[in-house]
Amino acid sequence: MTELKKAKTSSPLKKEEKIIEMVGVSKTFDDTAAVDNIDLYVRKGEFITFLGPSGCGKTTTLRMIAGFDIPSAGKILLNGKDITDLPPNKRPINTVFQRYALFPHYNIYDNVAFGLKLKKVPVTYVNDKGETYTKLQKLTSKEIDEKVKNALAVVDLEGFEKRSVSTLSGGQQQRVAIARAIVNEPEILLLDEPLGALDLKMRKEMQIELKEMHKKLGITFIYVTHDQEEALTMSDTIVVMKDGQIQQIGTPASIYNEPANAFVANFIGDSNLFNGTMVGEKLVRFCNRNFTCLDDFEKNEKVDVVVRPEDIRMTSPEQGMLRGKVISVVFKGVHYEITVLVGKTEVVIQNTESRSVGEEIGLDILPDGIHIMKKEFTVNKYDGYITKKNTVVFGDGEFECDVTQLYPGSRLDEDGYLITAEGEQLDLTDTDVAVEVGLTDIEISDNEDEGGARGHIVSIIYKGDHYQVIVRTEENEEDYVLDTEYLWNENDFVSVKIAPEKIRMTLKQESAQK
Amino acid sequence: MVKKILSVALCVAVLVFIYAPILLLVVYSFTDANVIGRWEGFSFDLYAQLFRSEEIMRILLNTVVLALVAATLSTVLGTAGAICIFYSKKKIAAPIKGISQVPVINAEIVTAISLALLFSMVALYRTYFSLIVGHMVLCTPFVVLSVMPKLKQMDPNVYEAALDLGASPTTALFKVVIPQIFSGVLSGFMLSITLSLDDYIVTAFTKPKTFDTISTYVYNAVKNGTNSSTPALRALSALIFVVMIAAVLIVNLRARKKKEGAK
Repeated sequence: MTELKKAKTSSPLKKEEKIIEMVGVSKTFDDTAAVDNIDLYVRKGEFITFLGPSGCGKTTTLRMIAGFDIPSAGKILLNGKDITDLPPNKRPINTVFQRYALFPHYNIYDNVAFGLKLKKVPVTYVNDKGETYTKLQKLTSKEIDEKVKNALAVVDLEGFEKRSVSTLSGGQQQRVAIARAIVNEPEILLLDEPLGALDLKMRKEMQIELKEMHKKLGITFIYVTHDQEEALTMSDTIVVMKDGQIQQIGTPASIYNEPANAFVANFIGDSNLFNGTMVGEKLVRFCNRNFTCLDDFEKNEKVDVVVRPEDIRMTSPEQGMLRGKVISVVFKGVHYEITVLVGKTEVVIQNTESRSVGEEIGLDILPDGIHIMKKEFTVNKYDGYITKKNTVVFGDGEFECDVTQLYPGSRLDEDGYLITAEGEQLDLTDTDVAVEVGLTDIEISDNEDEGGARGHIVSIIYKGDHYQVIVRTEENEEDYVLDTEYLWNENDFVSVKIAPEKIRMTLKQESAQK
Repeated sequence: MVKKILSVALCVAVLVFIYAPILLLVVYSFTDANVIGRWEGFSFDLYAQLFRSEEIMRILLNTVVLALVAATLSTVLGTAGAICIFYSKKKIAAPIKGISQVPVINAEIVTAISLALLFSMVALYRTYFSLIVGHMVLCTPFVVLSVMPKLKQMDPNVYEAALDLGASPTTALFKVVIPQIFSGVLSGFMLSITLSLDDYIVTAFTKPKTFDTISTYVYNAVKNGTNSSTPALRALSALIFVVMIAAVLIVNLRARKKKEGAK
């Protein structure tokens, strides 16, 4: 069967060759949106992967392309034709399921031949008068035999025809499932976490085999996985999804090197994420130091900074741009993973050279190792601790707060100890907490003594119906971002007020374990 | 040791309690006496009478045909119902499933009287139609009950895989879904047969006047106590018992073989 093995001429893919196009597609299940208004297209012949954590809508998207789920809104086009409401059996698309979904009452041959036996192909005849006419006809059993044999050869299962499904291992069953799909010569092969049920070694092998199969068959593969490594290894294009929305579409390299936001950076590969502020043209400040970078953002804009662990170089303490103490070294085979404490921030480094724990080292980050992303700014986050007086210190200031929120059902006794719901008496002094304050929960005042922290206004941005103001403290350059209706002037020295009930605190991981 | 003997003794006592009446019946089927309890010497006379009686043979045939027809129709209806419930939306499926199981716990006499009432209203009372529908009402919920778990065990992707490979929903149903739930369908069918075979109440309320099944015939024959007009029925009852025991044994043995084969 040469059709199956015939590879498409691998000309560079043109944008016009969209095989699948999804336009404003949404899918809701009982009021919850599994897929929320996505637009994307798939190019003919490419290997595209939908990547995301479970519940991100990747499988639902695949099922809509297969026809198992009908979109609640939007359109799906196949080669420019609307197939939104076309049932799955009418689509030239075949699926490989995560749990194989083989037919247990058939042997391997009948499983693979299932689609072929149902298929009708046009056959041209010449009648007595010499006229030609075409008739839809089932495939002959000889044709089916040959196609099944070829498909089984593609997945390396020659001679398995008479075996029953239950006698095969997981890997073999998945191969049968692949053979059963590709034997129909679909235009698109959908793979729904096909390697999810296999062990690591088998998975690695199948990854390579699938990639080779894709090259050999020349058809479009749409792959779904939550495994970022798998996606990076196999795909031409990756679609990163979260909460039913597309976060980023790009080649593996562009997604890894230029993640669109903090979620993508975190999900793909290991990364150091810092809160940064643009302080000048292509100049970003994080870890209390300015770094030259390649991305240009507006001055004073709060940004997320990604530095990949392999992009940090280790130097002597005097020469480094940053200075820190090694707190852990883990051997990972190819490299060492070295965690360094710089100030209060942990920085992870991957390097083939090792360092010893406790050693003071310097760190260098080159401009092309720094990737800057727009911050979706919704909340101020600080690290803080509780004082003796049950106030909280963060952002160079001290604020009144409600410490009982740290332990549900707790209360304070007259001596200032916290009584938990179980009746345990706790002294919260010096407890580390993560603090969150909403943008609208911060007020500023001219009266220096009124608030918990003081600083200069470094930025005012008009946002339509309000101003977004950033107040920066002098000591540690902590920033307070707030929304206000009133117009202030840059460089005003103000104090920051936050109502106790607006300060949201959670216990830090380490202290929660104590 | 004493404990062991006691526990064995208790088991035996329970079994004797359960089986004594039937054993007595089997024993007395080998003597030719009109009154149960009188022993008039060993003979196969009753069995000979049984097979010579055209009436009993006709009734036996009636019963079996009725059971087969009712069980087949109930199986089709029950399987379709179970599949319908399984693929419905949860909000609809849950109440339908609940309602479909009410006849199982409902007192049979209530079912029988309701049927009689319904059919007399539509002028179909005491016809073959009412009889078969009556038996279907009896059997269908049990078919639903035995098919449902098989559907739940089935990999839901298998049906989708069939559609994906080009099968129409109907083809997918017959080629993929039915084969996978077939053991449930079969046990539903067998259950229906046994239910229909030994049913008396619904049969008595819905059957045509001149039509009898073994249950109604036996009941009428022994209505006047032990003084049976047709002692051959003892032989018939004994035979039914033996056949049932054999059926149960065969089913169990086959199940065991299958289990061992799967290991």
